[in-house]
Amino acid sequence: MDIQFKILRYDPIKDEAPHFRNYTSRPDPKDSILEAIKQIRDEQDPSLSFRYSCREAVCGSCAMVINGAITLACRTTVESLKIGRIVIEPLPNLEIQKDLIVDMDPFYLSMKTIQPYLLPSEEPPETGHRIIERKMENIDQYINCIWCGSCYAACPVASRDHRYLGPAALAKLYRFIKDPRDGRPSTHWKIVDNEKGLWGCDTVFRCNEVCPKEVRPADGIEGLRREIIAHKAKKLLKKKS
Amino acid sequence: MKNFDILIVGGGLAGLSAALNAPPRLKVAVISKVHPLRSHSVAAQGGINAALGNNPDGKDDSWKKHAYDTVKGSDFLADQDAVNLMCKSAIPALYEMDGLGAPFSRFTDGCIAQRPFGGAGYPRTCYAADRTGMVLLHTLYEQCIRKNVHFHDEWLVTNLVVHEGRCQGVVAYDLASGKIMPLKAKAVIFATGGYGRVYLRSTNAFINLGSGIGMAYKAGIPLKDMEFVQFHPTSLYGKNILITEGARGEGGYLYNNKGRRFMEDYAPSAMELAPRDIVARAIQTEIDKGNGIDDRFVHLDLRHLGREKLLKRLPGIRDICLLFAGIDLIDSPIPIEPAQHYSMGGIDVDATCASSVEGFYAAGECACISVHGANRLGGNSLLDAVVFGKIAGRTAGEYVEGAAEDNRFDRVIVQHAAEWNTKVETLMAKDGGENIYKLLFELKDVMSEKTGIFRSKKNLEEALQAISTLRERYQNAYIFGSCRRYCQEFVTLVEFDSMLDIAEVIVLGAINREETRGSHFRLDFDKRNDDDWLKHTLVTPSEKGPVIGYKDVTLGEYEPVERKY
Ligand SMILES: Cc1cc2nc3c(=O)[nH]c(=O)nc-3n(C[C@H](O)[C@H](O)[C@H](O)COP(=O)(O)OP(=O)(O)OC[C@H]3O[C@@H](n4cnc5c(N)ncnc54)[C@H](O)[C@@H]3O)c2cc1C
Ligand code: FES
Repeated sequence: MDIQFKILRYDPIKDEAPHFRNYTSRPDPKDSILEAIKQIRDEQDPSLSFRYSCREAVCGSCAMVINGAITLACRTTVESLKIGRIVIEPLPNLEIQKDLIVDMDPFYLSMKTIQPYLLPSEEPPETGHRIIERKMENIDQYINCIWCGSCYAACPVASRDHRYLGPAALAKLYRFIKDPRDGRPSTHWKIVDNEKGLWGCDTVFRCNEVCPKEVRPADGIEGLRREIIAHKAKKLLKKKS
Repeated sequence: MKNFDILIVGGGLAGLSAALNAPPRLKVAVISKVHPLRSHSVAAQGGINAALGNNPDGKDDSWKKHAYDTVKGSDFLADQDAVNLMCKSAIPALYEMDGLGAPFSRFTDGCIAQRPFGGAGYPRTCYAADRTGMVLLHTLYEQCIRKNVHFHDEWLVTNLVVHEGRCQGVVAYDLASGKIMPLKAKAVIFATGGYGRVYLRSTNAFINLGSGIGMAYKAGIPLKDMEFVQFHPTSLYGKNILITEGARGEGGYLYNNKGRRFMEDYAPSAMELAPRDIVARAIQTEIDKGNGIDDRFVHLDLRHLGREKLLKRLPGIRDICLLFAGIDLIDSPIPIEPAQHYSMGGIDVDATCASSVEGFYAAGECACISVHGANRLGGNSLLDAVVFGKIAGRTAGEYVEGAAEDNRFDRVIVQHAAEWNTKVETLMAKDGGENIYKLLFELKDVMSEKTGIFRSKKNLEEALQAISTLRERYQNAYIFGSCRRYCQEFVTLVEFDSMLDIAEVIVLGAINREETRGSHFRLDFDKRNDDDWLKHTLVTPSEKGPVIGYKDVTLGEYEPVERKY
């Protein structure tokens, strides 16, 4: 079946404004949107630019807006859209570099801010840690994050306030705090115990909705809030006694 | 001109491992054509081998047994000293990854879980469900952030500059700005990954065009054992997305259209867990004999493993099947076919990752040390990337610390960059010619059709002819778009040039090697021939074209015997 693709094109250096270009193509219904736009690029318009790599939803390259929804192009099949007209746009809330490619730096920067790495307080045991599987299961969902930026792009708070760290970064912090091997000092709370961190979230859960890997970042934010309240209560009690 | 002590090209496991282990006082940077987390390593599923002996069925495993399995799996073409080094280093390397934060799956006693994998006598493949590559790559990247490693993301290296027998630096294209830059470095490490997408049906990421291998070759460095191309037995039919060997490791069965576990006829004792070359050949043979389902694929059946185990151990695979085939593996078998998967051959380096050119090193899938010989065992390449990435970082570090500053050849690097600039301009000025994406498709098609699992002199010669025609047509390629920024056409144009060399060297090696060994199966020479062919192929570029030579295999304790599984 012929399908109409309406794809946003923009080169901020040359074009005055973003504009749509239409292509007609005949992808296999089982093709992913990524395969479909690749086919358009390969056969009709080699100048069309978009990011991709793994084509199996693990590398986080290809988040974009497809018929109004933020999703991974490689994870969405043509037939699942059940419509002969497909509109493709770059992620919102991030500056367009060219066509479907956006500047991911604000997202990466927010990830880096929370110190997204294991910070053990002591040398690891020479023959490895012993960890109860159940403890690892607590962080399982957060490990799934592929840094695709979908949640950051969808988050109403991040779009309003660029200082807000965004869902992925906060969920990432929760992943490390809950890792039994981590030993970061409690001073780390400072980074997120404010409006640009934990308390900025409006709990509208757009992040949970759009995450293609079921990370449910808002769960992490909520978890962090619980942890910090408990931490403060403990500190208060200590002071009193 | 930017100036570095060590430039690491590639942000996959090998590149990041090198970056973390290069001496911190040196000026080190990682260049990658995609953000490091988008590197192909992220897609590895099944696991990484180390003889930890954690599995109750594998208590008396040892690194020596791991080494033996690796050498036997390689059809005795691996260098045994390098294999010993890798297998011995595997154990501390795994604990190190654990200490850095990799969330491995666990056994009930809390130690790292291990599952059986093909060609291994013991269950020694450590894993994080079926996303092992992802957690390892993320862990190393996280630690790179911690250590403030310098990254230049979305820079494509266009060539390696070698002058007077020494590596001088590279030229790179910065996608975001569209600029071409000369980059000077005392040492360069290539960790550029495999060339899977030289084939049409491949489990590799779309970006795995393998250009690093071709760039090293163009700079005069020999390629080793390139005829050995691994075909994975189980890729999802049609899409060729990998279904990890872990699925068979967990107990999956292969069935033909008669409902028979046909591996009985090919590897009666190892069955589904024979090495990949053997299982891939068996599947292709069944399909060719008319025993395929719809004549196209066979079934990988996991249903008997039960819902709970499947959800816990193979959630990613289930997701892949649901999404890309509309099948739930809990209640349906998976249609699978073999597909290109891994490059055993690569840039010729020794066990310190050093090449014949001073200051140039390679590690990971782009390199051939060789630890995989004629056939790699599953779970050994993540290991290879982690272990030898580290060694490359250290070797290059030692070299740089003893190397003096040398400005004599700066102009050579600048001149290379200027030539590239002219090239881009010429390509953009042309208003017609060959579409690079079409050429790419044709190359892949030829390679899949003529140089696949079963090879013959006739097919290989036809492939060689087709490659040469494509090379001529490539001269006529042009850039359709008019923008230098994020010009992916240009990226493909640059990489395609290297791919032509890679394809040619694969085919030449395959024509020349008149025997069958590991993944290289010649219909017209279907036996292994140790008397004439227990040696590595080395192909070196010259003015007159590729020159084929050989190098001895480093043998050791393990005498070549017939492989039976
Ligand atoms: C689907 C799949 C599953 C796998 N599963 C397993 C497994 O379970 N266990 C196992 O042991 N092995 C597995 N493998 C193999 C293993 O994943 C790879 O061999 C390994 O990850 C390679 O790592 P690398 O660092 O060498 O290369 P890659 O991860 O491919 O990284 C290459 C890097 O080089 C960069 N690059 C390339 N060319 C250029 C250039 N010209 N300029 C700039 N940058 C460049 C890329 O951007 C990238 O960052 C699997 C492979 C596949 C295809
Ligand atoms: S291409 Fe990797 S997530 Fe889509």
